[in-house]
Amino acid sequence: MARRQSADLERKKFFSDPILISMIVVLLIFLSLFILYPLLMLLVDSFYAEGHLTLDVFKRVLSLERFRNAFRNTLVLGVITGLASTAIGLLFAYVEVYVKLKTKILEKLFGLVSMLPVVSPPFVLSLSMIMLFGRSGIITRSMLHIYDSNVYGLKGIAIVQTLTFFPVCYLMLKGLLKNIDPSLEEATRDMGATRWKVFTSVTFPLLLPGLGNAFLVTFIESVADFANPMLIGGSYDTLATTIYLQVTGAYDSTGAAAMSVVLLSLTVILFLIQKYYLEKKTAATLTGKASRMRMLIEDKSVTTPLTIFCGIVAAFVLLMYIMVPFGALFTLWGRDYTLSLKWFQYMFKTSGLKAFKDSFVLSLISAPITAFLSMVISYLVVKKRFRGRSFIEFVSMLAMAVPGTVLGIGYIRGYANGLFRSGVLSSLYGTGVILVIVFVVRSLPTGTRSGISALRQIDKSIEESAYDMGANSARVFMTVTLPLIKDSFFSGLVTAFVRSITAISAIILLVTPDFLLITCQINEQAEKGNYGVACAYATVLIAITYGAVLLMNLMMKFFGVSRKMKEE
Amino acid sequence: MEKKKKGVRLEHISKIYNDPKTGKEFYAVHDADLNIEPGTFVTLLGPSGCGKTTILRMIAGFESPDEGEIYLDNQPINGLTPNKRDTAMVFQSYALLPHYNVFDNVAYGLKIRKVPKDEIREKVLNILKLVEMEGMESRMTNQLSGGQQQRVALARALVLEPGVLLFDEPLSNLDAKLRVTMRTEIRKIQQKVGITAIYVTHDQSEAMSISDKIIIMSKGKVEQIGTPREIYYHPNSRFVADFIGEANFLDAQVLEAGEEKAKILVAGETLEVNNFAHAKAGDKSELVLRPEAVSLSESGVIEGTVTLSTFMGSYQYYQLSVGGMEIQITDYNPVNRRIYETGERAFLDFDPRGVYIL
Repeated sequence: MARRQSADLERKKFFSDPILISMIVVLLIFLSLFILYPLLMLLVDSFYAEGHLTLDVFKRVLSLERFRNAFRNTLVLGVITGLASTAIGLLFAYVEVYVKLKTKILEKLFGLVSMLPVVSPPFVLSLSMIMLFGRSGIITRSMLHIYDSNVYGLKGIAIVQTLTFFPVCYLMLKGLLKNIDPSLEEATRDMGATRWKVFTSVTFPLLLPGLGNAFLVTFIESVADFANPMLIGGSYDTLATTIYLQVTGAYDSTGAAAMSVVLLSLTVILFLIQKYYLEKKTAATLTGKASRMRMLIEDKSVTTPLTIFCGIVAAFVLLMYIMVPFGALFTLWGRDYTLSLKWFQYMFKTSGLKAFKDSFVLSLISAPITAFLSMVISYLVVKKRFRGRSFIEFVSMLAMAVPGTVLGIGYIRGYANGLFRSGVLSSLYGTGVILVIVFVVRSLPTGTRSGISALRQIDKSIEESAYDMGANSARVFMTVTLPLIKDSFFSGLVTAFVRSITAISAIILLVTPDFLLITCQINEQAEKGNYGVACAYATVLIAITYGAVLLMNLMMKFFGVSRKMKEE
Repeated sequence: MEKKKKGVRLEHISKIYNDPKTGKEFYAVHDADLNIEPGTFVTLLGPSGCGKTTILRMIAGFESPDEGEIYLDNQPINGLTPNKRDTAMVFQSYALLPHYNVFDNVAYGLKIRKVPKDEIREKVLNILKLVEMEGMESRMTNQLSGGQQQRVALARALVLEPGVLLFDEPLSNLDAKLRVTMRTEIRKIQQKVGITAIYVTHDQSEAMSISDKIIIMSKGKVEQIGTPREIYYHPNSRFVADFIGEANFLDAQVLEAGEEKAKILVAGETLEVNNFAHAKAGDKSELVLRPEAVSLSESGVIEGTVTLSTFMGSYQYYQLSVGGMEIQITDYNPVNRRIYETGERAFLDFDPRGVYIL
């Protein structure tokens, strides 16, 4: 059949919209230049030397005992963290959705615990872990009088990562559990199944792809995590830290590039499984909307142990965060617990102010760029049909699977001497611009994902009607699409800001002495053992990010339109 | 609001889609030739999936035809985007902009056309008066009932004074009573403004009551074009006869055939009826009987046995077995006649001159 004509016409219509075209071109260039190109350079570095293809670099890296250890460590850590986070996340979600809670306190606590990892810098828990259970830990030394306690290593990282990542699983699984139609379970109950049997024969199988999904997501996060292994890992090196040390310690950036390729392949493969297999499967098994309210479990033998366990975990997480400001306020951790402001004073006397200013300004610049770009990408991906659309979607999602360390190495290899070592754009390297770009790239996938899901909720005829009344694509986007996904835009704005100001993994490789960043300061001070100063920085940082989230909630309350529409 | 009303012409329009399940290509619209006169109200009617909405969306510019050309007022418009076409559409879901109030919704298109502010105000208020929504300018759209949203959607399209007004099943989200009120109102407004309107629906009574002309579609093809009366009384295919109103089909053998009339043998009786099928002697054909055009009596044209007799309030509903075929009859005035019970024999009474074979 002759389909050419419609294709030609669509193309003609498409090209009669110059703003749309230029936006797409800009995006294609941005994504290629700052996501694909640096990763490509890593491949080039590890397979190409002295004018021909070679496996020498890989052979060299693979022969390194350190690398083989790191690889094994990374996998072991990923599996432990993934399993533990999924399990705890499931328990929390189950309690929230299925169990009748006596008090509202636990519910509030759940909300708080699931929000904290979002607003806090990625390695705060490592700090408090050391302060609680380390050699001079308040619990180990001061309360239990254990003087040789060792939190460093696999045990420490796994605990800290689990506590950091399980809220993600909790949120994911909560959404899925809410979608299970209660009548399915009631029907099995009615046929004589016990509650445990219902869980194992109905709830659990329905949830299985979702659990796999949650596991892989945390696995990827764990594998990509740089800051926690750095702080609390001790001699337990993971791929991310080994790569960092290979560059900063051994000055071997080709070796680091080859290691990055290994780490990248690992995360990308897992990401592809997660995104294109498990996510679809989850959607397929759990499409139904719950038809009505669920009868909550009131049976004490079920509710009591579950609530106690979740309560303890939540309280523990909370305690870890509370430790941070106290860490900054105590005169000398482990020895002198009188309150003083001396660490804060010290912080502001040294590089504190500059660090806050630099971090704040860079994040403030990158947040609106990220939010706007991600909304544009979502709009193009969801609402427009054109060649290159799936490329844009894929690359902006791919960024999610790229560990920060890998991206950092890619930028070093790709931009230190300009594009393809030609000197073009080499002036970018070492400037604030490249830091902003890294911030944008790191936050883009989250913003895009939320934008896409928000846009999918909007009836396409609303935009069509604006188009039909004479608006061009840019006008439709600005007057209809963007206002309708305002909530998603605002939250994207704040999320991008928070993620940027708390980012460390890619940034630590690219930052020059011209810029002092809070996260790098925390890392540096903690490395030196100056926990008081590190905590002072972290306290102020958490205050900033928490303030940003509060601001976002306020903005949504006053300007948000989506809520009104959802009620319809 | 005097502006030139425009005609629409579709020449050999086809649209090909991929079946999402099998991945095979099929014609959503196949070789449609339509000529819609300026100022008329034309309805595209057919079951879901017949291609009617696809045609409408091709006229609006949201879809591009794979074959053929669409003309608006004799200008080819295939290459124009929806925002460059002189058409305005009323959407099934109304598609009001939820973040704007009524006034801003109606004013949206005018603002894009850079109409001066006072003129916008005047036009919007006038058009809101026309659709009986005056005083509601500052309401948000989610504070409106379905019928009111429908009026705003209509006002928003009308205010642009488009050459052609397009309706995509605009009443399907309203309850039955409101549907009837709104359709008469749409018709009244269209006649008052004198605009060309193309209306898509699957509801035959809506199509009948509102249109100058109806275009019946099935499986991507135009089955018949005609006035409501022509389509009801003079269907040219079994599909049309079956789709519009109720119809019984009785197998018939054509004995003699002329241009207009044909002598047929049906259920053992010989009748002379209209030959809409252009059948020839010896052909097999079908006699079409509308259930409401037939009554039961002691003597009549064809004899049958009552297999079901049900009181339905305003009419008596019968099923009869006639020469081994099942037919339905609705008798709207059974009070003056006797009511037949299941198992009784009765005659079908109708005027053979008023029925036809297809």
